[in-house]
Amino acid sequence: MSLDPAAIRRIARLARIRVDDAQVQQMQGELNTILGWIDQLNEVDVTGIEPLTGGATMAMRLREDAVTVPDLTEAVLSNAPDRDGPFYTVPKVVE
Amino acid sequence: MFELSLAEARAALRARKLSARELTTAYLGAVEQLNPQLNAYITTTPELALTHADAADASLARGEHGALTGIPLAIKDLFATKGVRTTAASKILAPFIPPYESTVTANLLRDGAVFLGKANLDEFAMGSSNMTSAFGAVTNPWKRAGSNTPLVPGGSSGGSAAAVAARIALGATATDTGGSIRQPAAFCGIAGIKPTYGRCSRWGVVAFASSLDQAGPVARTVEDCAILLGSMAGFDAKDSTSADIAVPDFAAACARGVKGLRIGVPKEYRMDGMAPEIDALWQQGLAWLRDAGATIVDVSLPHTKYGLATYYIVAPAEASSNLARYDGVRYGARSPGRDLIEMYENTRADGFGAEVKRRIMIGTYVLSAGYYDAYYLKAQKVRALILRDFTEAFEKVDALLTPTAPSAAFGQGEKMDDPVTMYLNDIFTVPVNMAGLPGLSVPAGLDAAGLPLGLQIIGRPFDEETVFAVGAAIERAAGFTARPSIRAEG
Repeated sequence: MSLDPAAIRRIARLARIRVDDAQVQQMQGELNTILGWIDQLNEVDVTGIEPLTGGATMAMRLREDAVTVPDLTEAVLSNAPDRDGPFYTVPKVVE
Repeated sequence: MFELSLAEARAALRARKLSARELTTAYLGAVEQLNPQLNAYITTTPELALTHADAADASLARGEHGALTGIPLAIKDLFATKGVRTTAASKILAPFIPPYESTVTANLLRDGAVFLGKANLDEFAMGSSNMTSAFGAVTNPWKRAGSNTPLVPGGSSGGSAAAVAARIALGATATDTGGSIRQPAAFCGIAGIKPTYGRCSRWGVVAFASSLDQAGPVARTVEDCAILLGSMAGFDAKDSTSADIAVPDFAAACARGVKGLRIGVPKEYRMDGMAPEIDALWQQGLAWLRDAGATIVDVSLPHTKYGLATYYIVAPAEASSNLARYDGVRYGARSPGRDLIEMYENTRADGFGAEVKRRIMIGTYVLSAGYYDAYYLKAQKVRALILRDFTEAFEKVDALLTPTAPSAAFGQGEKMDDPVTMYLNDIFTVPVNMAGLPGLSVPAGLDAAGLPLGLQIIGRPFDEETVFAVGAAIERAAGFTARPSIRAEG
């Protein structure tokens, strides 16, 4: 299947990436090339095959749901682009 | 001094014939001299390196040492290093200074290693040429005979491989999601191993595709890789996919030899249009192993040709999810916007490069409502078939031998017209990640232009020892002594 400019804009919106008209046109060509090439998987018969989800065939480990690290507020906030005391800040969401 | 292998330098340090400060000072000088040409490092840390070196000399003076005491290394700029900027070669992480150390680099520091700096890579490890770095391309220290055309070092661990080949690091950390350790190792004439998925902790490694990503070393010899992997590997409770399996003596396995081993040759790896020199080198590699006492067995991996297409669904899907965290709020760069959504969209439009955006877009699409079953679920099923091919082959053989890449290093700017052409570079390496297996690239010969070519050894899960044994046998037989034209000497 082939993506039209509206589909490219919809995907960019879902991915939270701003795109301009020139980029939409370029991405449309590139993404359709990639998806066209991926379509070769249609040749493969996967009837009755269980999907492989992980990189390892071993089961996931469970652990106790407990706090394992001390208070790291300062370390965690040390890379914030903008902060106010112990809070991250973002542009106003509610008018 | 620059011709010493890691194992040899380690012996000289322990015998007190060489001090860690002397070795580190020499390497820092070589970095300063050659990095402007190669761009193998994004960040250099000379003061930190000398602090590490002096601590190493102090332990050596007390008669104490770890596995890597005093050994100067480059760290791929995908590993979080406490207090040292970690960029993933992306503008979006350019301001990021981690307040913590990744498990792999913490293991290396525990064993006494010296960190020279952070090595360049493709942005978020997405690429096969190191051309996608926001900090500029890396130049391969090798040149075609009689030509000055700058060549790519491969990717994504291009800075790590170029630094080791040019002797501006004695070894380096790297990561491999679809070939990012093995292909640059082959392009730069050095060794590199992607261990079994779960062997090295992913904690503190910037995530690309979590079910495929694995850390591993690149170094000038197979034994050096074995020494480094022994230090990097090990169970870590902080990574839920870390394997709780003892780390064997990988270096000892290098001396085992291949007598009695069965080596598989997958017929599907003989591709149309593959350079005749690569096919010839592959046959030569099989002959070397036969001469050393191995038995060669033909095997079939029928789903090999679908590995790449499967990868280009699974990896972008996981990447689109992993990279959702770069939102301009918690860390990394922010671009202003009138409201929250516009701030996100501007931050991500300005912060990510073209290849990263392409992969996020593909991943977002294949996971979106209505397309999930057709793409993502289908890819996971084909992935199961790829694993089954390998599992069946390993009932008949102990390891597989293949070429590492379908060509030698290419020119900077080549293969850039169409993303799929670049993706085809990883055709021999990607299936190994899909199945979570260990794969080692060993430099085994040169092409007609004098560029290095690698052979890949693939093993059973958690059987890196056999992989090292076969790789070391190839290395001994190949007697690879060629050197890149740009390198530190003296």
